[in-house]
Amino acid sequence: MQIFLPIAELSVNAFLLLGIGGAVGFLSGMFGVGGGFLITPLLFFIGIPPAVAVATGANQVVASSISGVLAQMRRRGVDFRMGTVLLCGGMMGSGLGIWVFTLVTAAGQIDLFVQLAYVLFLGLVGILMLQEALRTILRNRGGIAPIRRAHVHTWVHRLPLKLKFRVSGLYISVLPPMLVGALVGFLSAIMGVGGGFIMVPAMIYLLGMPTKVVVGTSLFQIIFVTAFTTLMHAVSSQSVDIMLAVLLILGGVIGAQFGTKVGLRLKAEQLRGLLAVLVLFVAIKIGLDLLLTPDQLYSVSKVIIL
Amino acid sequence: MRAIFAPLCTAFLLILALTRPAISEEIVAQFSQNRVSITANFDGSQIVVYGAIKRDSPPPSDDPVHVVITLEGPSSPVIVRRKDQIMGVWANNEEIEVEQAPSFYAIMTTGALSQSVDDATDRLYRITIPRAIRSSAQAANKAIAEPFTDALIRVREAQGKYIQAEYGLRLLQKTLFQGQIELPANLVEGKYRVRIFITRDGQVIDSQFSTIDVRRVGLQRWLYNLAHEEPLIYGLLALLIAIVAGWGASIISRYIRI
Repeated sequence: MQIFLPIAELSVNAFLLLGIGGAVGFLSGMFGVGGGFLITPLLFFIGIPPAVAVATGANQVVASSISGVLAQMRRRGVDFRMGTVLLCGGMMGSGLGIWVFTLVTAAGQIDLFVQLAYVLFLGLVGILMLQEALRTILRNRGGIAPIRRAHVHTWVHRLPLKLKFRVSGLYISVLPPMLVGALVGFLSAIMGVGGGFIMVPAMIYLLGMPTKVVVGTSLFQIIFVTAFTTLMHAVSSQSVDIMLAVLLILGGVIGAQFGTKVGLRLKAEQLRGLLAVLVLFVAIKIGLDLLLTPDQLYSVSKVIIL
Repeated sequence: MRAIFAPLCTAFLLILALTRPAISEEIVAQFSQNRVSITANFDGSQIVVYGAIKRDSPPPSDDPVHVVITLEGPSSPVIVRRKDQIMGVWANNEEIEVEQAPSFYAIMTTGALSQSVDDATDRLYRITIPRAIRSSAQAANKAIAEPFTDALIRVREAQGKYIQAEYGLRLLQKTLFQGQIELPANLVEGKYRVRIFITRDGQVIDSQFSTIDVRRVGLQRWLYNLAHEEPLIYGLLALLIAIVAGWGASIISRYIRI
């Protein structure tokens, strides 16, 4: 069944979109990530214009993070205070990202910009995650449990504007969380992702937050940042396609239910290893597109008036 | 002096040919539809053209008569970019702006295009695809601009937006003609100009212009208008859908698990 997308202005098979939504939903349920980093590149591959893919991807992440955060709240895994601080930074980052996005679109380099951002960040995060997962798997085979200290004092703890975060059990400056939030907000605007794959490691290693509140708090702030991003894209470039979003969300919601069940049967480090491989695969695929000679050297686009 | 005289003369002759009071051969034509509606499951469409050349007397000449039909969508300025390898990565490099390029252009003829329309006629009516594209490039820049306009045509031909169908029309008994135009799924909204020419020796004997209305209908129209006229409300609607879907999924999943 073909369906005409009103904003992307092209006709796509509705079942293909449901399938993409479902597959990404399955993986995001399995790994506990938003899935924006998968959905946006998949939309590029099927020919959705990058600007529409990024804006609509952000909209889809709103839906998946809401359903995730509600599950985390039942588990008391959300630090609202920390989430709000991250959010303040996130809004600023997102606003900046939207501005850069519009500028780069007008200059005709948005495809390259978005693709480079994907290769860089997915590549980096993928390698780090894979390394960490492999180390854990090897260590578990050795049978020696690692010693983890609860409080490691680093330069992060010497900054001003300190605030108590009771749920996380932290007393730190608001500057590092705001900075992390801003970076993730910026990425959300230019990549159409929630940014969980950057946020989660940053919260654990940089801010020293306990693992049980990391996913919920990250999802909590992602909801607002991606919602803000969606709204900004809708207003500044009219590139959110509701029809596309509805199909992706529908597929995603169904897929996530099955994904969660499969995810419960796998070990955490195995999951992280698999996720790392997936992230790297996407990075390599996008990277190859940049390096190999394209079939069509010329491209046609509408004139954008700023 | 001669350089100016020759085109002037051609133009004069053309005008003469156009305004000749007693047209001995006239077009009578009809389209299968004069409006195209883009619905939610729009997947392209087809327009059938049929008609006849009406004559009061036998053809004035033995030279073959040709029928040329063009269908032209709304034009807009476009940017054509070329990718080059910059530091090992393929990135958009050079670009030119084409002042006006039709979003859709189909041309169908009963014979070879070169025999149906001569150069002067083409220049006057902008019949062939390269002529239908208005590039602002000056003569000196023509050599630079040409690969880009050629590429524009190639890209849009591949998308089914530009169609050139020589011998795409059938002419029976030198009188009846019939053909069909395939419209792609990604049509731009607006008034599409249809032109029918009958030509002999590459010059126009009679022409008929009309329009086909292409518009989005129903949900498509509503969403598109909302997105462009009330972007904030549209954005909030997109969010509302996401919130309801996410919340609903959470509730449903809780019931399933229990």
